[in-house]
Amino acid sequence: MSENQDMPAIEMRGVNVAAMRDASFTVVENMNWLVAPGDLWVIAGQEHSGKTDLLMLAAGLMSPAAGDYELFGKDTKTFGEAELAERLRVGFVFQGGQLFNQLTIAENVALPLRYQKNFTPVEAAHEAQALMELLELSPLADVTPANVAANWRQRAALARALILKPEILLLDNPLAGLGARHLQWWLRFLDQLSRGHEFFGGRPLTIVASADDLRPWRNARRKFALLHDKKFIPLGGWNEVEAANDSIVKELLAVQLETTTR
Amino acid sequence: MFFDHACSRFYAAGVRGNLTKAFELANTQVLRGAALPKSYTDLLGRKLFLFLLTVQGLGAFALITLGVILRKNGVAKNVIRPRIRQEIARAGVALLPMFFFVALALGFLVVGQTVSALAKVGAISYLGSTMVIVVVRELGPLLAAFLVLARVGTANVIELGTARSLGEVEALEALGIDPVHYLIVPRVIGMALGIFSLTVYLIIGALASGYLFAFMQDVPLTPGEYFKQIVESLGWLDFALLALKTIAFGFFIAIVTCYHGLAQPLRLDDVSRVAVRAVTQGVIVCVLIDALFILLYLLHE
Repeated sequence: MSENQDMPAIEMRGVNVAAMRDASFTVVENMNWLVAPGDLWVIAGQEHSGKTDLLMLAAGLMSPAAGDYELFGKDTKTFGEAELAERLRVGFVFQGGQLFNQLTIAENVALPLRYQKNFTPVEAAHEAQALMELLELSPLADVTPANVAANWRQRAALARALILKPEILLLDNPLAGLGARHLQWWLRFLDQLSRGHEFFGGRPLTIVASADDLRPWRNARRKFALLHDKKFIPLGGWNEVEAANDSIVKELLAVQLETTTR
Repeated sequence: MFFDHACSRFYAAGVRGNLTKAFELANTQVLRGAALPKSYTDLLGRKLFLFLLTVQGLGAFALITLGVILRKNGVAKNVIRPRIRQEIARAGVALLPMFFFVALALGFLVVGQTVSALAKVGAISYLGSTMVIVVVRELGPLLAAFLVLARVGTANVIELGTARSLGEVEALEALGIDPVHYLIVPRVIGMALGIFSLTVYLIIGALASGYLFAFMQDVPLTPGEYFKQIVESLGWLDFALLALKTIAFGFFIAIVTCYHGLAQPLRLDDVSRVAVRAVTQGVIVCVLIDALFILLYLLHE
């Protein structure tokens, strides 16, 4: 649990975000962003708008090209091995899961516990079992990721990110390519995490998710922002998103598509 | 991504920051992809420059790995030790049948013929020292290293290249797991111990099967005399340098192959080219290490 509940979980001031593949290329410029503990943010943007780069930066996996970034009040420029404990307060779910193919689903989920807490395989499996059951992954425990459908791989990646009980959860386009049943499950589960799930002792998780389609995220509790033309544009709540006159926002809401279909 | 030149802004905690630097130093992609220079001297210069960059990158990577081995000894031992055992099995135990066959072949083809030839010219009293120089000091360790390089080294390049292209390295970083500690250290230790053990088995097997071959040719030498000569020719330096040399072979073969697997994003069509380059560099490194140990023997004598 954070020592100071008033301290922002994430604070960016004048941050430039560099592209992962080419550090000389800036994808977001002069970004100011403040995420309070318990917030649920949805960062929308088209392809190559820098959503993944922004999340990688937020996770402390790369440093800002310019500006100040504080995670739990700590400057990430000095975020090193000594600050591993701070780093583990952030969970990251990659688009597609990026599970370790040589390990089973259960081993993937338990790996952070085994490495960070030096648990034996039996101890880690016992600890991970409850989370696996919560995420309905138990039947797939002994299967390798290559033999599991993409929907379930994504869910296993969520379990792996949650196993160390982080305070911030970053999700890179978590709803991309999900079937209707899985989509509903994800939205419901993320809302439960955001409100405070009993598995995490009722503590609300701070959640930031990226999206290339805003429609599934329709909810008054969520905060929205747009990445476009190297700018980070906070949009506000869902009402503001619907009222926005921005063509990109309309595209992400598929308003034009629906109009044409009618 | 932490290994791209372009990603120099990425930091990864502690040693991983150094890792970025190591790969950045040795990023030879630009030179390799450039058009052919107009003159042979330019081409020679470019080759020399590429060689120096590769040496620098490999050296930095070796030092970083050594640093992690020493600094993180005992960290996450419930994960790392089983992985080391797994690598010892892969680079050692799993290769035993092949080494048994090679030991027989080496004994029949080389040792047996040498024994037979020495007997014909009446130089059988030189047998022990000849066997020690040929099999114990040179052929055994080098052959073991080359076989492990071919069987396990290439697999390292492919596995790590695939893991990197699938984003597993970034996933490890996101979980606060040091990729060098998790992916490289077990391979380095496993391969070093694997080559050391296999060399010992290979030498014993070759010497025994060699005598068998000589025996079949009616060479007037009893097993007791044969092994007595070999034992008398062996000194403490042979044991010490054999251990050091084989461990050095294993360490550097693992470093070269892991470096090529992780140093750059691999596409499927890159894999064969990079694997061949890694094997070539592995062979060169082994020969250089061997030359260094020959110097040590010569200095001692």
